[in-house]
Amino acid sequence: MSAALKQTAEGFSARYQRLAELLPGPAEPRRRAAASFRARGLPDTRDEAWRFTNLRALEGTLFGEVDEREDAVRALLARAPATDGPLLLFANGRFRAERSLLPRGVHVASFAAEPVLDGAPDVGPLVSLNTMLAEDGAVISVPAGADGGTLVLLSLGVGEAGNPIAFHPRHLVRLGAGARLALIEIALGDGVYLHNPVMEVALGEEARFEHLRLQKESPLAFHLGSLHVALGARASYEGFSLVTGARLARNEIHADMAGAGAVLTANAAQLLDGTRHADITTVVRHEAPGCSSRQTVKNVITGRAHGVFQGKIAVARAAQKTDGYQMNQALLLSDQAAVDSKPELEIFADDVKCSHGATVGALDPEQLFYLRSRGVPRQQARAILVRAFLAETLDAVPHAWGRAVLENEVDAWWKDRPL
Amino acid sequence: MALLEIKGLSAKVAGKPILRGVDLSLPLGEVHAIMGPNGSGKSTLAYVLAGREDYEVTAGSVLFEGQDLLAMDPEARAAAGLFLAFQYPVELPGVGNANFLRTALNAVRRARGEPEIDAVNFLKEARGALKRLSMADEMLKRNVNVGFSGGEKKRNEVFQMALLKPRLAILDETDSGLDIDALKIVAEGVNALRGPGFSALVITHYQRLLEHIVPDRVHVLAEGRIVRTGGPELAKSLEVSGYAGLAAEAA
Repeated sequence: MSAALKQTAEGFSARYQRLAELLPGPAEPRRRAAASFRARGLPDTRDEAWRFTNLRALEGTLFGEVDEREDAVRALLARAPATDGPLLLFANGRFRAERSLLPRGVHVASFAAEPVLDGAPDVGPLVSLNTMLAEDGAVISVPAGADGGTLVLLSLGVGEAGNPIAFHPRHLVRLGAGARLALIEIALGDGVYLHNPVMEVALGEEARFEHLRLQKESPLAFHLGSLHVALGARASYEGFSLVTGARLARNEIHADMAGAGAVLTANAAQLLDGTRHADITTVVRHEAPGCSSRQTVKNVITGRAHGVFQGKIAVARAAQKTDGYQMNQALLLSDQAAVDSKPELEIFADDVKCSHGATVGALDPEQLFYLRSRGVPRQQARAILVRAFLAETLDAVPHAWGRAVLENEVDAWWKDRPL
Repeated sequence: MALLEIKGLSAKVAGKPILRGVDLSLPLGEVHAIMGPNGSGKSTLAYVLAGREDYEVTAGSVLFEGQDLLAMDPEARAAAGLFLAFQYPVELPGVGNANFLRTALNAVRRARGEPEIDAVNFLKEARGALKRLSMADEMLKRNVNVGFSGGEKKRNEVFQMALLKPRLAILDETDSGLDIDALKIVAEGVNALRGPGFSALVITHYQRLLEHIVPDRVHVLAEGRIVRTGGPELAKSLEVSGYAGLAAEAA
């Protein structure tokens, strides 16, 4: 770790020292996390898990106190997709009860009111950072057999000029046996901030969780988040993330296929322009027999942007009849666009089906000419082909409202970007 | 004035000269056939007229209704009324046929200053055209040309032509790989458009298609030049004598 990155890490540790007494919940997990974070610091590219994502951009930045102006929050709210259904609003990581609408039949509390910190596995310094400093978040619990409907979790980041801020929300989602919930997470923001969320999801037997994420952070922001999903027997997780970026984004998914016959879909699309960097890193652990996991990650990269996908599938000896699939595809729209892809299979069972693949390409000139020969202007033809590239994952999103939000976002992405 | 006036057209593909001075005049309302052996430059001529960017025009001129066709983008050529039925129609996975066709139709209408067509009226028109071409409505739901048989792809080209209503259709070996029933459907699609405001260049290797689309004139292309022009009877005599000997004429 460079001296300047160390300075940033020490800033977080100092903040913990100042706040330790005031933070909600049990102190011990935070102390352990703080010790671990102090020992390891922020990761650099010598760390194998961070080979392709360099946190140099954080060097020397001291993230200050969270304080947001009400008018800035209102301005961001106006940019969020309209919903009149249940909504949990967070501004700079703090729950805003007065602007939220709680769902019926689902237990919802703020993390500040109901802190739980012992769940998330210790998978790296950024989870430690979150555990050390988490102040608030959403605690969502759907009772066994209940249908929790659709819930929107909107996270706004407001960084004032010259005063970079950091927030570390801790979200917990629990679905009882046979329960259902669709959670649509939207992250928007302005200015310089670090959004470092950890979400823990526990799915009971035959629970079904649809999880759509739209990450559209400020072009100056950092998003370093992780999602930890534990699936019970025959539970299903159906996830799709659309990332149009931050200055630097990393989304980790750690899935634990703990119950037999569980099914996980964790698809994603990253649309990146300018000098944005976005990384999707997933670790799917097959512990129980007969589970299947499906991941298709699409990258559309232009300008000098950089996309990363690292996907690991680990199959334990007991996890016979595992069906694991992983595909990473990238469409590079400019000469300086780049993508890194690293699949990793670690298999200890002998009767499994696991496959992975990666493709990198440009738009097909034959397809482009075919569209143009039918009168479709060049720009529109390019947009149609990029949309077609995303179709396989986007069209498979089962939640109609969520899919429409994501589709609007994809369509809007072209408006200011002559390709 | 001819609808299409090609003069001394030469073109290279991947650095190799393929067209070596094509002269051809196509009056409005006429259907001309271009025949010739493999490698004579028939498909190159079709692509150059449609505006493929990787085909390099090295000499000559092409006027379409008096406009410099070669200066226009492919989409502008389509808007001006030119349509190429591809020899190998391109598959577009992830693009629905209905959406594709409506986008194309509206792009062309916009460029021509006509109002756009809404989804309901588009479907009505598309279903009508499908019926006339003995094609199933299900065609609209599929991705463009994906998983289509060779014959379905060719019929899809004719279907697009029926909707876009070009002033000049170029059919690049639309008959290749078709059975006799499909061939008749394609021919009917072209014949339905025939009239004083429609012209076509029918590129074919065989005379078979020309029994169903009877051309006004037949041109023989060999080694990148038109070496002979005649009436429909020329196609019949070529069927008997073959293309051998034409190469000598070209040289």
